[in-house]
Amino acid sequence: MAGNTNSSSADAEFKSASGTLKARRAVCYVVLVIISILCLFWFYMLFINATRSNDELGQGFTLLPSSHLGENLKNIFNNGTIPIVSGMANSVIIAALTALLSTYFSTMTAYSIQVYNYKGKKAIFTFILAIMMIPTQVSALGFVNLVKGMNLEDNFIPLIVPSIAAPITFFYLKQYMAANLPLSLIEAARIDGEHEIGIFNKIALPLMIPAIAVQAIFTFVSSWNNYFTPALILHDSSKKTLPILIAQLRNADFLKFDMGQVYAMIAFSIFPVIVVYLFLSKYIVGGVTAGGVKE
Amino acid sequence: MKNVKKTLAMIASIAMAGSVFAACGGGNGGSSAGTTAATTTAAEAAAETEAAAETEAAAEPAGDEGKVLNIQVWNEEFKSRVTDHYPGYEEVDATHGKIGDVDVVWTITPSTDNAYQNNLDSILPGNADAAADSKVDIFLVEADYALKYVDADVNVAMKLSDLGITDADLGDQYQYTKDVVTDANGDLRGASWQACSAGLIYNREIAKAVLGSDDPADVQAAVADWATYNETAAKVADAGYYMTAGYADTFRVYSNNVSAPWVQDGKVVIDPNIKAWVDATKAQVDAGQTSASADLWGDEWAKGFYSGQGTKDVFCYFGPAWFFNFSMHSDDAASIAANGGWGFTVGPQGHFWGGTWICAANGTDNPTLVKDIILTMTTNKDVLKEIATADSDCVNSKSVLADLASSEDGNIALLGGQNPYAVLAEGAEKVDMSNLSIYDQGCNEEFQAAMKNYFSGAGSYEDALAQFNSAIVEKYPELTTD
Amino acid sequence: MPNKDLNVQFTNRGRSGKIDKLNIWGYIFLLPFTLVFIVFQLIPLVNTIYNSFFENYMAGLKQVGPNFVGLANFGELFKSGDLVKYFGNTMIMWILGFIPQIVLSLLLSSWFTNPSLRLRFQRFFKTVIYLPNLIMASAFAMLFFTMFDITGPVNGLFVKLGIFKEPFSFFTSIGATRGLVAFMNCLMWFGNTTILLMAGMLGIPVDIFEAADVDGATPTQVFWKITLPLLRPILVYVMVTSLIGGLQMFDVPQILTNGKGDPMRTSMTLIMYLNKHLYSKNYGLAGALSVLLLIITAILSFIVFKVTGEEELNKKAR
Repeated sequence: MAGNTNSSSADAEFKSASGTLKARRAVCYVVLVIISILCLFWFYMLFINATRSNDELGQGFTLLPSSHLGENLKNIFNNGTIPIVSGMANSVIIAALTALLSTYFSTMTAYSIQVYNYKGKKAIFTFILAIMMIPTQVSALGFVNLVKGMNLEDNFIPLIVPSIAAPITFFYLKQYMAANLPLSLIEAARIDGEHEIGIFNKIALPLMIPAIAVQAIFTFVSSWNNYFTPALILHDSSKKTLPILIAQLRNADFLKFDMGQVYAMIAFSIFPVIVVYLFLSKYIVGGVTAGGVKE
Repeated sequence: MKNVKKTLAMIASIAMAGSVFAACGGGNGGSSAGTTAATTTAAEAAAETEAAAETEAAAEPAGDEGKVLNIQVWNEEFKSRVTDHYPGYEEVDATHGKIGDVDVVWTITPSTDNAYQNNLDSILPGNADAAADSKVDIFLVEADYALKYVDADVNVAMKLSDLGITDADLGDQYQYTKDVVTDANGDLRGASWQACSAGLIYNREIAKAVLGSDDPADVQAAVADWATYNETAAKVADAGYYMTAGYADTFRVYSNNVSAPWVQDGKVVIDPNIKAWVDATKAQVDAGQTSASADLWGDEWAKGFYSGQGTKDVFCYFGPAWFFNFSMHSDDAASIAANGGWGFTVGPQGHFWGGTWICAANGTDNPTLVKDIILTMTTNKDVLKEIATADSDCVNSKSVLADLASSEDGNIALLGGQNPYAVLAEGAEKVDMSNLSIYDQGCNEEFQAAMKNYFSGAGSYEDALAQFNSAIVEKYPELTTD
Repeated sequence: MPNKDLNVQFTNRGRSGKIDKLNIWGYIFLLPFTLVFIVFQLIPLVNTIYNSFFENYMAGLKQVGPNFVGLANFGELFKSGDLVKYFGNTMIMWILGFIPQIVLSLLLSSWFTNPSLRLRFQRFFKTVIYLPNLIMASAFAMLFFTMFDITGPVNGLFVKLGIFKEPFSFFTSIGATRGLVAFMNCLMWFGNTTILLMAGMLGIPVDIFEAADVDGATPTQVFWKITLPLLRPILVYVMVTSLIGGLQMFDVPQILTNGKGDPMRTSMTLIMYLNKHLYSKNYGLAGALSVLLLIITAILSFIVFKVTGEEELNKKAR
């Protein structure tokens, strides 16, 4: 339980005179501000571009917003071939369920490895670590064949359910659990006559919330931004997710090509992720530090 | 085969029962001539059908056509043409409409990454067996891959003769538009409303400054063949301009004038004219007459539609009629187009660019309606005239283009009031499509992309060629290269 | 306490004497993962491997194969020599991005966790550095493509400032294209890494540092001799996940180079190559390439584990 300790490597560096400390602090701030600008600049650019018309975008770059945001958004909503409302709903459903299922069942898997002792456990753990390395794209071909065979094309199931087996999420949660879930608590609950499933849901899960929140954000964001798999599975326009629609908009033919709309749509689709992130970010910036992946 | 017969039989029975379409497509004045003709020809087609089909026909109740018309497209162009110009089409929403009591469903799949073709590939072969309401009735194709879908063995696009459309119906169309969709047996399997012959669109101001005149005849003299074109390019570059915006601009002019198809006996062959394009473009890039980094439709490339925005102003673009309004930013007051600053001439060699062909999907359960749409959209002169004037499409009708060439209707503001139709019509007559192959889209795309490396100095011609070869084999595993 | 009897029925709760029987729940809790893994990962993987031994593709609308061809697909992949080149590209771009990423992350996390620095607005900075990860990689690449275009704002600025004499064509230069890909990857992921490293650094007990201080260790010594070794487990995690991410590199170079991997395919990654075969529906070659990718990943991961922290990982497995 080292999360509440407050020391680190570099601190010795700065224990010298307070004058040099001030100078160092100044350097830190300068670097941090530069990095922050580098990080925020792209969001600013997206926003600026979303306010510009196609013709204006064609003329080059500017740091000042223009006046076409409303028009661009209106165009997207009236662009009948881009069902943005259902796209947003589909993305929310898929990303939210993916995050939920993935974190819940990964915690469960981690709990199994962490809390119980059974034959083959070590082999299973090693195996999960090994399959963690397999890139998704490697089995994409077989995955599409499978989905076709199961008649699950244009269905969300093949996009959501596979996330139950998420080795990377599992690995992180397992590491966190090792540091933050005292086995004595579980013992005590058993003595109190609590059922094993009840112990997991009522005792282990709440203790894991900071780590779950972190992985929920990671999973939500990667599912939200995923283009590769949905593009292989979803063909019906009412089922498509936002990244597919953006690609569709960007690939519209030259007669209808409108970069203003493309940027407005990107800005529009990033918005919910930012909201979710800001909402859960206290866990990212605070929660992880309460133990996180440590030994 | 059985399904073809069935379809034929259906057409026959419908034709005998009289024009069902006239009954359900009320207010169809514009297309009545076409419908009448269709009835006659359908009857003729029926007469030619085998006896087996005739007996089956008896079992088919007359007028039993599908209630849903499914149309596969990659963009909204055809949809807006139908919405605006097809008599009796009522728009329900962006992807749905109604013609009489038939629901029209548009499925739009973008072309990028081959998605449109992949989609067609997965649904067309099983189309005849699909549920009635999900059968594809019409799909569109582009010239670059049209042959893949009009292939007689593959048989996913119906012969127009099976729909009851005769050569006489299409007599006013340009020959090249028919060649594109003619299969190896000489059967026509599609039709287009566009004749996309293209020419050289030049910047009048630069023409005046460099050539001393912006008159189309004078400019044509300066670009009459590749030798004079190259001389002019040197002059233009000396004056501080680019001849063309990017390395790929002249590609279609060369590739439309090759002596043999890209693929012969399963092997990719670089035509001498394609090699000529490489050499000419490399020389131009090295001489600073064009940019090696400006891709077609890219930002750098499009800067030439304005004065003083790009690295250098651009003397000319190559393009057909659709290029004028949609690519040249004519709605933007700051553009050259908005000020009528462009001129139009044939250029060093005739060529064409783009165009969309309408195919009837084999297995369609709406043959009468499909036939009427094809005839109305590609042969009805009133409709075509309307399309030409309203949408600046260069339509696929010799007589309509002749009309436009000799009337004020054909004057185009962004060309400074010049009437390009005589040149376009003449160009369309000359387009030669005999060297088309089903691999053209991939070959053209990959060749330009690979050669960009040679032009920019990233690799030698041999390196770039090797990259082209591997890209082609990746895209078309059945082909071989040198 | 290994439980050898898999058929023990769970009947009683409570006392520690029943713990052995309770361990059956380990299997039960493992069930969802196992089932989903078998259906959605193992079966597709086996299918992919199976496909790699067949000639099977679409020629236009005509299906060719499947014909069993043994290892011919693998032979074809090696014959061209492209595979090695794309593997090299992938690794070069990954390393170019990973080194600045890990350096920056170590620096920032040590600042954030340093109590004597007492940096203010930490919450703000920590929130901001993670933000680039939220943008769709493809949208991010699109922005870069516009910005670094020869007529784009970066060129405009550099020419104006006199850094460039004339506009520089970034996307026809090997170094610039690879550099941009690496830079974008770094920017997207350093926040994530920083946060993970921070967690690791906060986990190091204070007394170790105090003891080092007493012994008169210099800050540099502390960093190299104490912090880094103790951070090893988390560094392994970061290395491994980043390596996996690196091998899967696709969106950024794909959009930035319009799927071509130019100039001269020097920014073509393995997955972009795989994608080409998938799109031309060449199931045989795509399968073979997938199998090779799998082998490459396995070897690389094995090396990383061996070199950086085998014992830690084994320890974790208890």
